[in-house]
This record gives sequence, structure tokens and C-alpha cells, in this order.
Amino acid sequence: MSASTGGPGVEAETFEEAPLSGSALILRIAATIVVAVGVAYLLSETFGFLRSRDANRALVVLVAIVVGVGGVFFLFWGMNTLVDWMPARFREHVRPYVFVGPALVILSIFLVYPVINTILLSFKDSRGQNYVGLQNFKFVFTDGSMLRSIRNTLGWMVLVPAVAVSIGLAFATLADRLRRGEALAKSMIFLPMAISFAGAAITFRLIYSFRPQGFGSNIGLLNGVMLGLGQQPVAWLQQQPWNNLYLMVIMVWMQTGFAMVVLSAAIKAVPDEILEAARIDGASEFQVFRRVIIPSILPTIVVVTTYMVINALKVFDIVFVMGNTETSGTEVVAERMIYWFFIGANSGRGAAIAVVLFVAVIPVMIANVRRFREEESIR
Amino acid sequence: MSDTIERPPVVSVAPAPGARGSVGVGEVRKGGWFVRITILIVVLIWLIPTVGVLITSFRPADLVNTTGWWTVFAHPFRIASWTLDNYRVALDAGGLKNAFMNSLAVSIPATVIPITIAAFAAYAFSWMEFRGRFILFVAVVALLVVPLQMAVIPILRMFVSGASFFGIRTFPDLDLNGTFLGVWLAHTGFGLPLAVYLLRNYIGSLPSSIIESARMDGADHFTIFWRLIVPLSVPALAAFAIFQFLWVWNDLLVAYVFLGGTRNVQVLTLALAGLNGSRGETWQLLTAAAFISMALPLVVFFSLQKYFVRGLTAGSVKG
Repeated sequence: MSASTGGPGVEAETFEEAPLSGSALILRIAATIVVAVGVAYLLSETFGFLRSRDANRALVVLVAIVVGVGGVFFLFWGMNTLVDWMPARFREHVRPYVFVGPALVILSIFLVYPVINTILLSFKDSRGQNYVGLQNFKFVFTDGSMLRSIRNTLGWMVLVPAVAVSIGLAFATLADRLRRGEALAKSMIFLPMAISFAGAAITFRLIYSFRPQGFGSNIGLLNGVMLGLGQQPVAWLQQQPWNNLYLMVIMVWMQTGFAMVVLSAAIKAVPDEILEAARIDGASEFQVFRRVIIPSILPTIVVVTTYMVINALKVFDIVFVMGNTETSGTEVVAERMIYWFFIGANSGRGAAIAVVLFVAVIPVMIANVRRFREEESIR
Repeated sequence: MSDTIERPPVVSVAPAPGARGSVGVGEVRKGGWFVRITILIVVLIWLIPTVGVLITSFRPADLVNTTGWWTVFAHPFRIASWTLDNYRVALDAGGLKNAFMNSLAVSIPATVIPITIAAFAAYAFSWMEFRGRFILFVAVVALLVVPLQMAVIPILRMFVSGASFFGIRTFPDLDLNGTFLGVWLAHTGFGLPLAVYLLRNYIGSLPSSIIESARMDGADHFTIFWRLIVPLSVPALAAFAIFQFLWVWNDLLVAYVFLGGTRNVQVLTLALAGLNGSRGETWQLLTAAAFISMALPLVVFFSLQKYFVRGLTAGSVKG
């Protein structure tokens, strides 16, 4: 690792200060305590203010931003200053932990602890009190609605990445040949990435909207097209099992831009000489694409596809905001999890579903770490 | 991008020597009509949903409910078919103004905090020597795949009533639920693995000679980090900042679980979801609200597009 060369292994002791006298040391300790108490008081006052319901909202928001942004800078500066006050012998051994410490603490609280906790919960009853063995997992793999959600999720995992990556690849290849306007065309495809699922859901409700006869005119785009073609309007989101496909369209719409941008960067990185050599040898444009471009960007395609498969595995909001999933048969696994935690009030089942999700992602985790180690060995 | 959407993966797009820039040098046969028309059709299809929302949000309620939005193209300049009322109603009665401010109060610190913490950690992982450096770093990267949904419930319980492991109290009851601090910390936790990974890639690839000479001149780690590393890492920091900001701004799940849906504290996505459920057929308000929630992400996206794309092809930031 090139990093180690600059490390404190060559730590110079030249900046050693004269040892502190006793009174100065006491003064420093006293100052530290006073500052710490003052800061703690100030913080508790501020958070009390932020929580109060009748305070001016704009002011609360402003204070929140200042405290949040300033607080984290102050945290590191303060800890670093405390380290500076330590005896020089320990200083450089402690400092690295001051730098990585906050990250490690937050990660253990917010990721490591929950994983362990969820695994424990998945073996307990609905209120998380008594152990019930594998009962929750049995539910996950036998309940009708759960099985439907697993079927649907598998559909999401196959279809969404396949379609989004195909369109993204085709678009990136074609846009690469535009004389001008490539950037503009690409950002139009990319634009839905900046929109929230809640926003996208509304956007697409406007497209799928259906009103039965006698309940007003149909203002949804698709039914507008149907009427224009002289057909009857269709209740798109109630057509089992096709409604699953219609929901997947939303995710394809949102994610294609991502695949397109990443693949486009990979295509541009294919060396010119190879492409020209192939053309000189008489390869058609399609052959160049299939035999040269695709193989050279294959690693990128794999990474993008993997990422999208994981996203599809965890899809939740699209189906959640589009209405009652059980009556329309559009359940997905992550949505079932939220359902059992919040609406079904059964933390055991919810946790069991979460564990199943987690186990499904573990192979990717292994691949991830392996890839990192390979990169590390190249460095 | 939202709850179920993981943060972007790390994709290595190593630019090969002699790679083409964005402007071809006339070597490729530039496409003819087929290419241009295909691109145009795809772009139009992709824009239709957004255009529909935009147009609907400026139409009066009675027209929205009787005719499709595409009918405006028949008489685009008839004044009576356009209005700004929807936005006024959504902002005031719909509570969107409040929600917009709450979203800011959540998103800005929830972007700055993880980046700062990750940058310090990335610097330590790259340029400081300490025990367990490699193991700790691999552990951080491994956490990339913990599904957000899996972490939410235990954290919520911890916020509400503290945490205990096998009966031993390990975390005090801080009463963090429903506070901004709680949401900031949650978003920080979920965003850290990727931030540390990306930033370490970048900071670790800075030339070691710079850091060494700074140390020769007697600068300590804190000064080197603040005066040298941060300015040099602006592209990587900006790229991640944009991601994190858009992710937090568009997030529904974390805000819903940790901040709650009461009108006082709810963020934009929650207000939107609420409108979506309770006023299913008030399209003119829904679309106006949707567009208000999209406005800031779109501005951020278009003004910082360069960094955004660079962040997506991260790994090549290694440069």
C-alpha cells in the first residue's frame, strides 16, 4: 500500500514540547471540564428548542442547519485539540482513532447492532418476547401472500435490470454517434434519477389513471390513447398479473439513465485503435459492437447489472405508494417486511423477511470484498 | 433515488490509454437519420411523464378533471386554461412550504455530517498508521450491503427506549425519535460505508510526495487534512455530496420512521405521499406538489451535472 510510506512510522520527535508544570496541567484539565460542561448545556438547550412545537418554523430550520453542519466540524476540531493536549508519547497513537472513531461508532450503532438485533428478533414472537424457533421463517416460505411477493420480486430482479441495461446500452451506443446534442439527450434520459419515488408514483398514476364509466372522463394518458384508438379504457393497475409489469416500467424509467451514463463512460474508454483495426478488417458497425465493444465493457455491464438486481430485490416504495398490494397482487418482499413491522404489528415476521433479504445479498457482499482485495493488491 | 435504491455502486471504468474524449475526432462513422430519430423518440418517451406532471400542475381543477393534459396542445395560448392557483394552495393549505423547509433542515446536515466523518476516516485509512487498519476498512466496505430496511426497526427501538443486549443495557434512551438529530444520524450511518469507500479511493490515490513534504515542514495531520487534502479532494467530495443530498431529499422511509408524519416535522416526500393517499383525485394539487418536490433536485442535478456523472463513474475518480 503506497499509503504506508507517508505514515507516522517516520514520526519525528522534533516537535516535542517542554513538559508541563503541575499548575498548568491542572489549569488545562479545569478548562477542558468547563468547556465540556458549557458545550453540553448549550447543546441540550438547542435541541430542546428544535423540538419545541410552537417555535417559528423558519428559525428552527435555520438553527438546525447551523447546529448540524457546525457541530460535526466542532466535534473533530475539539477531539483533535484534546489529543494535542495529551503527552507527546501517546499523541500520534491516539490520533488515528480520533479520525476513524466517529465513523466506526456510528457504523456499529446504525448497521452492526441492527443486523444482530434483527436476526435475534426473527426467532421471536410477534412482540419480540419469546423465542418461537423457525416459525417465522416457515411463515415466510408458506404464506400465500409471501409466496406471491417472492414470485413478484424475482420478476423485478430479472426484468428490470434486463430491460434497463439493454435500453441504457443501446442508447449509450447510439448517442455516442450523435454529431451534437449527446450531452443533452443523455441528461433527458438521466433526469428521472433526480426524482423521488413518491414523485414518480404520482407521475405514473397520471399515466395509468382509470375511471369506470359514469365516474368522469378518463384523463390518464394510456386510456386517452385507448379511447383515441376506439378501444374501451382499461383499469391498468388492476390487471393481474400484468399490473406488476406496469409497476416495473416505473423503475425502468427511473434507472435506465444510471445504466446509460455508466455504460457510456465505459464505451468511451474503449481504445480507438482497436475499433479502427476492426473496421479496417471489414467489420460492420454491428459486428464492431458485438465483437469488440461488448467484450471490452463486459465487466462494467456485470457491475451495473448486479447493482440493479440488488435494487430490484429491495424495491419497496413504488409498490407501497401505488395502493393496496394484497388486493392487486403486487406484493414484493421488502414491502411485505414494512407491512408486517408497521401495519401487521408482527416484528418476528418482519425481521424474518429482513433476514431473508440480507441472506440473499450476502453473495454480493463476498464478491464486493473480493473485488476490493484484488484492487488493493494492484495498488 | 429513494429508500429502496441503494446508493450508486462503485464502478471502475478505467480509462484506457488513447481513450476517446466526448468529442470524436472524426474516426467513427457518425450516425445518420436512423440514429438521430431513434434517440429523439426515446428522449420523447422518457420526457412524457414529467411533461404531463408539469402541464397538469398549471391547469385549473375543472379542466384537469374533464380533459387529458395533452389536450392543451390544441389551444396552448388560451389564458383560461392556465393557472398558478395549484401551487398557491399546495404551498399553504397542502403544508408544502413547511415540508420544504423541513426537507432542507434534514438534507443539508445529513449531507455534510457523513461527508465530514467519512473524509476524516478515509484520510486515516489512507495516510495514518494504526492497528487493525485493513480489517476495519474491509469491515466498513462489507457493511455496504446491509439492506436499509433491516436496520431501520432496531434503530427505531433504540431511539425510543434505548438498547439492551441479552438484558445488558448498551445504549441509553436518548429520546431521539422525532428529532432532526435522529434523522441526521440515521442517514449518516446508512451513507457512511459508500462515502468512506469512495473517498478512501480518492484520497489514497493522491501523490504521497505532497503529504510527506507537508510533514517535513512540520504540519500535523489535522492541518494536512484541512489545508491540503480537503481542497485537493473537492471533485470527489462534491460528487458524493450531490448523491447524498439527492438521496436524502428523495428519501421516504428513513424520514417516515425517524421523524414521523406529523404536519409540523414532515418532509416533502411524506407530504407528497400523504396527498397521494388522502386526495387521490385532486390531480392539480398532487402534480403541483410533485413538481415542488422535484424542483430542487432538478436544479442541483443540472447545475452540478459534471460532478454527478463523475461520481457515477467513481473509481475512475482515482485518475
